[in-house]
Amino acid sequence: MFSEFLQYLFTGITIGATYALIALGFTLIYNASHVINFAQGEFLMIGGMATVSLTAMGVPMLLAIILAVVLAGVLGIALQRLAIAPAKNADVVTLIIITIGASIFIRGLAQLVWGKEYHVMANFSSDEPIQIFGAVLNSQSLWVLGVGAVLVAILVYFFTRTLTGKAILATSMNKDAARLVGIRTQMVLMLAFMVSALLGSIAGVVVAPITFTSYDIGIILGLKGFVAAAIGGLGNGMGAVVGGLALGVVEAMSAGYLSSDYKDAVAFSMILVVLFFMPRGLFGAKVVERV
Amino acid sequence: MAQLANFRLKGLLLLAIVVFALPLFISNPFHYGLATQIALIAGAVVGLNLLVGFAGQISLGHAGFFGLGAYFSGIMTSNYGWSAVPALLVGAVGVGLIAWVVGRPILRLKGHYLSMATLAVGFIIAIILNNERALTGGPDGMPVPSFDVFGWELSPFNQYSLLGVEISGDLAWYLFAGVVLLVAVWLAQNLIDSPIGRALRSVHGSEVAASVVGVDTAKYKSLVFVISAIYASVMGALYGHFQGFITPSVASFDFSILLITMVVLGGMGSTIGVIIGAVVLELLPQVLADFQEMEMVLFGLILMLTMIFMPKGLLPTAAGFWAKRRAQTAGGKA
Amino acid sequence: MTALVEVSNLSKDFGGVHAVEDVSFAVEAGQVYSVIGPNGAGKTTLFNLITGLYTPTGGEVKLNGEPTGKLQPNQLAERGMCRTFQQMQICMNMTAIENVMLGRHLTLKSNLLTTLFRLPALTRGETAARNKAAELMEFVGCGNYLDRDAAAMSYGALKRLEIARALAAEPKVILLDEPAAGLNAVETEALEALIRKIAEQGITVMLVEHDMKLVMGISDRLLVLNYGRVLAEGTPAQIRVNPDVIAAYLGG
Repeated sequence: MFSEFLQYLFTGITIGATYALIALGFTLIYNASHVINFAQGEFLMIGGMATVSLTAMGVPMLLAIILAVVLAGVLGIALQRLAIAPAKNADVVTLIIITIGASIFIRGLAQLVWGKEYHVMANFSSDEPIQIFGAVLNSQSLWVLGVGAVLVAILVYFFTRTLTGKAILATSMNKDAARLVGIRTQMVLMLAFMVSALLGSIAGVVVAPITFTSYDIGIILGLKGFVAAAIGGLGNGMGAVVGGLALGVVEAMSAGYLSSDYKDAVAFSMILVVLFFMPRGLFGAKVVERV
Repeated sequence: MAQLANFRLKGLLLLAIVVFALPLFISNPFHYGLATQIALIAGAVVGLNLLVGFAGQISLGHAGFFGLGAYFSGIMTSNYGWSAVPALLVGAVGVGLIAWVVGRPILRLKGHYLSMATLAVGFIIAIILNNERALTGGPDGMPVPSFDVFGWELSPFNQYSLLGVEISGDLAWYLFAGVVLLVAVWLAQNLIDSPIGRALRSVHGSEVAASVVGVDTAKYKSLVFVISAIYASVMGALYGHFQGFITPSVASFDFSILLITMVVLGGMGSTIGVIIGAVVLELLPQVLADFQEMEMVLFGLILMLTMIFMPKGLLPTAAGFWAKRRAQTAGGKA
Repeated sequence: MTALVEVSNLSKDFGGVHAVEDVSFAVEAGQVYSVIGPNGAGKTTLFNLITGLYTPTGGEVKLNGEPTGKLQPNQLAERGMCRTFQQMQICMNMTAIENVMLGRHLTLKSNLLTTLFRLPALTRGETAARNKAAELMEFVGCGNYLDRDAAAMSYGALKRLEIARALAAEPKVILLDEPAAGLNAVETEALEALIRKIAEQGITVMLVEHDMKLVMGISDRLLVLNYGRVLAEGTPAQIRVNPDVIAAYLGG
């Protein structure tokens, strides 16, 4: 009984950590620009797929990962410069459609380059699973959790201790005021997209050995990240982490105890329930409408 | 006043001319099939536009209602021997009720939270349709009997005579879908040009302004959500009968996105514009199919570029362009 | 006789900040009643409380003797209270006259059937609403804009349009939040005349305004707020000589 529960918990936390990283990517971009980037999942796909194909070409693993992450970062910058910046006065829905167009475009490119097949990536370290109280923990899960924790720590440091991080925060709170004190807001937006892409691609790399990877894996992962971000409250970093972990655990539990066919339905019901009671998510700011 | 009425239905008149003139230019059954499919989807998009374009409320899950309509009618006609018309009507009422129950709480949400909630509703519907295999056939889909009106069957494979002229089943279906679209547009136009329509648009323009002159904004948001869901349900049911086979893809997230993209690409708040959006986005894959593996890249690229350079959508941008041209030539003459 | 609008011990906190604190006053039917005070004194917050946009932290508002409690703005409109905004709330996706016709919403009884099939009852109601709206636009002085897009109108014209929209709802009391803000001297004079005309029709006017000349000229009574609290209340003559008011305005 307990080992079963523990097993679901491990699975949930692992996938939840991935969701949390995607949600953090959403949060970053949302804070800087109020755009919901539906292409966020594609960064994960790029991270996993590029690493797989580079290692297949004989590039050492670590170098392959670095190159893949850099590629995603460049893509993030390109997305902001070429697609978002030129349309800055557009409607919210229009911006959504633009990012959807971008995600179809990126997916199309990936399909051209890498084909439609599923790719398997080797574990970073031993394939030997770890036994804890009768539950099995894949060694890669530790990588996901460890890398996730390190990334969150770096983000916290970045936003509270560095000037660039503070500049991003300032821009998210008040663009005009930020510009007045000399922050180059376009630069900040670009940076937000880049950091968000880096986060996504790293998440994509570490999770690839567990989930496999293919050109179209980004759609559903991106959506789950959006769900996680909304559960936590859009724009709240803490909320993104909590929302991601909660979503992962609820999903794994419902797959284990209810039905794996309906695990996604449970996840989507969860967001409806949360929003019903808290229209701005768990940690969302309460805003008084000014008139 | 006569001038005003004339102006009001100008778009409808133009649409009617296009719908009835099209058979003069095409005769291939495949083309009729495509045109019929476009007309039915365009009908759903006209309904979605009431919600998105006029009332300014986003829905990323509208295919859910389209799928529910299609499956309800499909299941009742094939498994329970209902006739298509009552199945379609009862389905529409049921979907309207579901939309009302779901809509009340989620329409309180704003912006991206509303997108999220509608997306979730659409997903849940799609997941149910995928998994209730006994009823829906699961991911493999299910056959749907052809459409019938009190025993009179409308099938693409039959021959009919209309006003003494022999016409093929494809053409008959196309004409039927065309008339349905025209009625859908007429009803939508009537709704927009009315106190209710004004209240809906005011919710988009300024919700506070609407409320302080007595508009119960929550009520009108629910109302338009229900109406747009009923549009989707009816069109979904017809779509199922026309295709003869449905799969859960009719309720999928991808299809929801396609529907709202048609609205935004064609021009939010322009009834004729969103129909153009539907035509373009249905025809584009046909054209791009020749490029084979480049299809997806090109589709994404075209979508992105169009929205970046025409953020108001195709028709409003074109209309703005012509208005400017006309002003310039008029200015030149003066 | 009971007051048309009666405010008692009204308070509103925003996260520990007392935007409005323990404010009480009463407005008799037919008066022009103004609320003045320095920036940040809580005038707009007070209006937002009265019109149901904010929920008070304490105290209550009575409209025609009925406590407004948790009534929504649209329910208050049904009971005869309408307003304009400092940050104008115009539907820019409509024409000018449609904005005013929106104000006729409560008087137009339309159902879905007459609407969808555009039955004669609907067109009749629409024609009447349009005529009334045109008349009101003439009345406030923007009759030359009828079918223009609201987005294409000047600032001053939009301010008058917003008043026309509120009047279209045939209110018992109309609340105007800084109607003269951003207007030049000529426009302000026209506005003063307009407010007088509105009051002459028996509509009670509540006003938040910075323009002292305007306020002192047309108000029957004034309420002076400072830091969310009532500093003084009385007729213009009383307020003018009130030492607290003078201190707040000159010393502040």
